[in-house]
Amino acid sequence: MKDKIYLDYAATTPLDPEVFEAMKPYFMEDFGNASSAHQFGQKARQGLDKARGEVAEFFGCKPEEVIFNSGATESNNLAIKGIIYKIHSSPPARDLPKGEKSKVPAEDEARQGRQSLPHIITSKIEHHCVLDTCKNLEETKMAEVTYLEVNREGLVEISEVEKAIKENTVLISIMYANNEIGTVQPIEEIGKLVRKINVSRQEKDKIYFHTDAVQATNYLNCNVDSLGVDLLAISAHKFYGPKGVGVLYIRKGTPIKKIQDGGAHEYDLRAGTYNIGGIVGLGKAISMINGETAQRVKKLRDKLIDGVLKNIPNSKLNGSPEKRLQNNANFSFPGAEGESIMMALDLEGIAVSTGSACASENLQPSHVLTALGLGHEDAHTSIRVTLGKYTNEQEIDKFLEILPKVIERLRKISGSGGQAKKKLPDDFGC
Amino acid sequence: MYSKKVVEQFLHPKNMGFIKDADGVGKVGNIVCGDQMTLYIKVKNKKGKNIIDDIKFESFGCAAAIATSSMITEMAKGKEIGEAMKLKRDDVAEELGGLPPIKMHCSNMAAQALHKAIEDYKNKLKSSR
Repeated sequence: MKDKIYLDYAATTPLDPEVFEAMKPYFMEDFGNASSAHQFGQKARQGLDKARGEVAEFFGCKPEEVIFNSGATESNNLAIKGIIYKIHSSPPARDLPKGEKSKVPAEDEARQGRQSLPHIITSKIEHHCVLDTCKNLEETKMAEVTYLEVNREGLVEISEVEKAIKENTVLISIMYANNEIGTVQPIEEIGKLVRKINVSRQEKDKIYFHTDAVQATNYLNCNVDSLGVDLLAISAHKFYGPKGVGVLYIRKGTPIKKIQDGGAHEYDLRAGTYNIGGIVGLGKAISMINGETAQRVKKLRDKLIDGVLKNIPNSKLNGSPEKRLQNNANFSFPGAEGESIMMALDLEGIAVSTGSACASENLQPSHVLTALGLGHEDAHTSIRVTLGKYTNEQEIDKFLEILPKVIERLRKISGSGGQAKKKLPDDFGC
Repeated sequence: MYSKKVVEQFLHPKNMGFIKDADGVGKVGNIVCGDQMTLYIKVKNKKGKNIIDDIKFESFGCAAAIATSSMITEMAKGKEIGEAMKLKRDDVAEELGGLPPIKMHCSNMAAQALHKAIEDYKNKLKSSR
């Protein structure tokens, strides 16, 4: 069997051995339910409290602002639905903006006693758990949503955020770093903008700011006060912790309704028996994140980008080269289809992912690449390469040795040739 | 995800390339869906029968697309035109040891490309008479 090279750290990461060791006692020895009052439960509770402290330290927040759950998908659902559901279950607090007609169906108006739907601003490049949650709220007529465009570099522009804000805007949700192209959004600036606007707004009309920080946790400053966020989501399995556990940071005073009932766990915000092993693992993993790893990974990633762009003709990097996560590279190779590239690399023992339609379950190309304005020729020929703390230089060298041959072979098969960009045959209908 | 035969065809496709003076060309797919195939055939009359003497393909698409293109050229080469026309997507998928359901449309494209190439050949014959 060939030596395997993992370059898909954005998809998931292996457990750090120290994290595994920290978790082990909570499965068979200190296995108690952390909600139980007896010794068994209290032993588990200690692990829970320690983990909560570790997360609070990482975010620079209070322990009671840390809500453990099953992962960022749940966190993002809670953040967005929680804010909206709270508004709908509260007495009418928002007046209809002048000149605007009610968007609330007549049959609901009496129940809700309000005339405008709460407004959410998000971006077109969010992860599906944010986009689908927003669409769900639109379909159930609970909210109206603006999906901001990104520029050609894959960045949300602060001026666009400002333009989109209305009187009935209640929530802005912009991801910290995009999972496909790694672009880093201007979260601090948006945080400042929201604070500025809230100064002239009454408490009941405040705008809350949420960010999906799943990809950013390893690499970027996540201090919640520097960022100016009220809600922030992370998943342990992206930073060498276990799968199935995550956190939603909720700033004290944020009006939010729980979406999972069945107990008063997590300050009555998220019912369910504590996944104590997972939570302890998350705490340990987050406490191990350091800037030195980010530096080392960036060097290797830069070598990879350099090598690809220099040695493979007609290759391009997607997304901002500078405002980008230290571990991310996303390329297009016109003439070589993305899923084929991924399979060919997989057969050589190298794992990457692709934004091409062929590899997706609904046969649509990545919505992020589409939002970037990439033509089909680029969207269908893209691969994402993401490094991690276990990536070494030999792996990068091996990747740089194999990829050019893969691209050349696939371009020959498609008739696009190796060197010059040959126009693909015209559209003949699917 | 893929059978051994699909992997084999993907790694070592047969009949890759194009034919300059092809007797029939069949193109299917488009860059919008990310799948595009072109089949070229050369037909010779042997003992009164029109035989696909040479066949080549170009394929821009996933591993399944490349494998099905390659496989159909192998299946069609040497066949009489009428026989080749009968080849269906299920024949290709079967020969490959099966395809994941979501990839069956690739084998459909391969069969379509072949039929189009044969139709093109027939049309060219008509217009040359």
